[in-house]
This record gives sequence, structure tokens and C-alpha cells, in this order.
Amino acid sequence: MSLSEEKLTELKEITKDLRRSILKMTHAAASGHPGGSLSAVEILTVLYFSILKYDPQNPNWQERDRMIISKGHSTPLVYSILAKAGYYRGDDLLTFRQLGSPYQGHIDRLKVPGIETSTGSLGHGTSFAVGAALGCRMDKLNNRIYLLQSDGELQEGSTWEAIMSASHYNLGNLTAILDRNRIQLDGWTEETMTLEPIAKRFEAFGWHVLEVDGHDMNQIHDAILKTHEIGPRENKPCIIIAHTVKGKGVSFMEDNVKWHGVAPNDEELKMALREIE
Amino acid sequence: MTQSKEMIATRVAYGKELLELGKKNPNIVVLDADLSGSTQTKFFAKEFPERFFNMGIAEQNMIGVAAGLSSTGKIPFASSFAMFACGRAWEFVRNAVCHNMFNVKVCATHAGLTVGEDGGSHQIVEDIAIMRVIPNLTVIIPADATEAKLATRAIAEFFGPVYMRLGRSNVPVLFDENEYDFKIGKAYIIKGGIDVSIFACGIMVSKALLAQEALQSEGISAEVVNISTIKPIDKETILSSVKRTGCAVTCEEHNVIGGLGDAVSSVLSESCPVPVKKIGIMDQFGQSGKSDELLVHYGLTKEKIAEAAKEVIKLKS
Repeated sequence: MSLSEEKLTELKEITKDLRRSILKMTHAAASGHPGGSLSAVEILTVLYFSILKYDPQNPNWQERDRMIISKGHSTPLVYSILAKAGYYRGDDLLTFRQLGSPYQGHIDRLKVPGIETSTGSLGHGTSFAVGAALGCRMDKLNNRIYLLQSDGELQEGSTWEAIMSASHYNLGNLTAILDRNRIQLDGWTEETMTLEPIAKRFEAFGWHVLEVDGHDMNQIHDAILKTHEIGPRENKPCIIIAHTVKGKGVSFMEDNVKWHGVAPNDEELKMALREIE
Repeated sequence: MTQSKEMIATRVAYGKELLELGKKNPNIVVLDADLSGSTQTKFFAKEFPERFFNMGIAEQNMIGVAAGLSSTGKIPFASSFAMFACGRAWEFVRNAVCHNMFNVKVCATHAGLTVGEDGGSHQIVEDIAIMRVIPNLTVIIPADATEAKLATRAIAEFFGPVYMRLGRSNVPVLFDENEYDFKIGKAYIIKGGIDVSIFACGIMVSKALLAQEALQSEGISAEVVNISTIKPIDKETILSSVKRTGCAVTCEEHNVIGGLGDAVSSVLSESCPVPVKKIGIMDQFGQSGKSDELLVHYGLTKEKIAEAAKEVIKLKS
């Protein structure tokens, strides 16, 4: 079932708040990763506010869905969305990246509730997701495992070890979403190290592949629901390749390599916030 | 203590105990990377196929998956050769397991020279060094089959990441299970003495005991201490021994850089500086050969330990 107009309007407002927060946090820290946070805003908004089962009062609730963030550098987005989801108030989000802050540069499960595993070193999340999926299946839990992958981390060999093992173990309870923003730190992914054809590569490794516009929340939502049927039916892990724009929502950041790991200054913050209305 | 004639590899004791633990605790799961026949996890695999995960020749993923399993309350034991579990997968042990404080047990076999014929590519002589520097990680090296069995049991009950170093080759059984209360973090004085402290770990404990006997016949009283937990190291026992003896020899089947010798020396230099000689591999790679031949070739013998003991005794002021 698609999202209602009312729900979509609500989610759109959330994406605006998240984009503002991402910009303010990186500005305050004078460092961080705005580009890859902005590209995944719609993906995580749909997940946290229309799909995932979780209880912010009981982050370790056994039956919860597992949301594993393999792109651990998208911290400004993750910390902002966990606050919005009610895990904490988030009044102190602007301490991001400062000494003593719980909001580390890359996500840390021991410092912030709602994080399944600390990542940041790329090529880890998929392995963790395979382990979580195996464990939840052993316990016959009525839940699903969701994984947000970055495209750059498909260059890590360990990611493919994990992809291979997910289909070997028939993990129909796993839905991965790839933030295909096409840019990594040094430039375009295809110039740095060719990733395409990504869909064929996943298919060859035994996954079911879907593709969506990663900023169209209806498409994201519907594709996730499809994986709920296809995964268990075919006993296959599913991946949704979400085609996104790095820096989405801020014109001067969009598709610009510079904004992978650079924070906006005072002037740029003002310009950026004006665009998010 | 007299050495039994019985010879059992520590990996064998590990594999047997893992099977027993599997019967008692349904949360124990085991992962291997295509070496279950060698690491001895095959017994568990056969009895509990639904709790055994062969990850293929992919050690990084094995450790990452173990972390994921532990997040669901399982107690994963991940095994491979030490070369691959520690070397190849080091960054996963560090980031996926230890930085996250996940309850994963990395139990790696075929450590050190006594891999034997496989040669230098497989004989890791650096694992103690690279594992003991990782925060949150407990490092355990059983000296014989009894200790390997008791340590396997102990780490299953202990919450936190553990690296346990196991060997391929048969080694003498030193301890009687009924008389041994193994505790993580405790060093054991297994022979008392007053002239020199010999600190040893793993297979070198039995060599240290032989050296002690040889020294005794020359009228030298050596104390032998089994440092089965390398981290956290038992400072108290090390210092109390050296305060009596005034000098030390360390023995390990590992590079002299970064291993037991350095761990003990660090404790001593801070609190009780005394002469120390290190018996170990002198910063070289291994090579193919029979285990016993290799130990002789690289100087890991009771004779070398006894010589080193006499040298440090002379250095006492």
C-alpha cells in the first residue's frame, strides 16, 4: 500500500527538518559529511517513519527491526533522525564531533541509543547485517533486518564476502538499500573504481534487485514493501538500488565532490538553509 | 609438578570442550572459515549444524558476522588459523568486535612455528603483539590441553571480546583438571624458586619446566610462572615473583618484539626494574619443517632458557 497524501506531507516536513539539522551540525562542528547525509534523507525518513518497528523507550527490544547503518559517516543524518524518532531529545546535537560529545564523527553504539553497530570503517555493515539476520532467524523473531549501504563501500572486498554469504544463507529477512549517490571522497565512483553494473553484480551473487529514485518516498516505500514479500518467498536477500544525488536539497552541494566531507561556513549555511523551505 | 607422557594439542581440547558447551548452552554458535577439520570445530558442526556457520574462505566477513550474531544474544566462537583470524581480519576484530564491545570469542589455532610443514606464510609469530594492543580485548594462551579446556569454558561464561591462541601440534599435558582452578587474568606460579623467574606462555611453559629441572640439577632454583592470560596481565603475580628472584626470563613461541616478553618487561620496567632476557623468535619469519626441528632451529629450547637464566642471574647487581 502506497503512502497516503497526508503521510507523504508529514514525511516531507521531516526531511526538511533533517536537512536543516545536518547543515547546522556540520556547520557547528566545522567538519563532517553533509553530502552523503543529504543523499540518504528520504531513504531513512521512509524507514524510520513508515516501516521500522522500534521502541525508543526500549532500544534493545528483541523483536525490533534492525536498522544497520553501514555508511557510518552519515552521522549528522543518523543522530538527527534518532532524536526525531524519540530515542533522545537531541538538544545537544550541536556538540557533534566535539570532545566528550556522544555524537562521534562516525556512529558509536556505546554512546548513542538506537544504533545497532558502530561503523565508519567501510565494508563492515553488510557482514554485521548477515550476522543479525542469522541470529534473528534462529530466534524465529517476527522482524526484518534493514541495511543502508554506501556505494563507495562496494569497493571493499569484505562487502562482497558478506553479499556472497547473505545469499548462501538464504537471508530472506534482509533488505539492503544502496545509497547510489555516485560520488566518493576522491570523485565520481566510476572514475575512482568502476562499480557498474551494480544490479547485475548483485543478481549474479544471488540477490533480488529493485531500483528506485532515492528521493521519491513513494517509490522507496513501495519497493521496501515488495522486499517483504519477495525475500521470504524466494528465500533471497533483496537490495533496493536507490539512485540519489549527493548533497540533495542544497543546490551548490548537489553532485559536487567537494561536499563529501566538508562543512558549510557561516555564509554557506545561510544560503543552504534558505533553500530548504 | 611432573610432566605427563600424554600429548594433546590445545586445539583438540578446544574442539572437544566446544562440543560440550554446545550441549549445555543453546546460545553458543560457532563460525569457521573452511578450516573446521583443522580448528576442530567440526565436532560442534556435526552435532549442531543449525548453530554452525561455515563462512568459506572469508575471515573478515566471519568476524563481522560473528559481531552481528552477538548483537542478538548469541555467544559466537569464530575459528580459523591465527594467521588469518588475527592477521587478515585484524581490522574487523578491532572495529566490528572490540570497538563495539561485542561478546565474540576469536579462537584461533595453528599459531606460531609449530604449524610445521606449512611454512612461514602460515606461521604467525606476530599475533600476540597485534592482538594485545586492541582495547577491550582479553588475550589468553593455554599452555596445555587441560588449560585449553578450562579456558574455553571460562571465556564462554565471561562477557566481552576474547582472543584465544591455540596450537596445532601435540604438547605435554601439564595440569590435572581436578586440581586446577583456571581464572582469566591470573598468572600461576607452577614451580616455586628463588634465583630467577621464568615467565612462559603456551607451548613454552612445558619447555620452561624442563629448563627448571635442568637448572635445579646445577643448584639453581628457578621459579616458573605460567602467564596464560596475556591481557589483562597479572602484574601482582609477576612483581611478587621478581621481588623474590631479582631477574627474569620470558619464553614465547612468538616474535620477541611485542609479545609476552615485552608485556612482562613493561610491567617490570615500571615497578621493579631487573635484568630480563627474552626467549622467542628473533624478528624473523618461520619456514617449513617439523615442529620440534623448528623449535630447535629458532632457539626455543630448554637449553636456551637455562642459558638465559644463568645470564640474567649474573646480571643481578
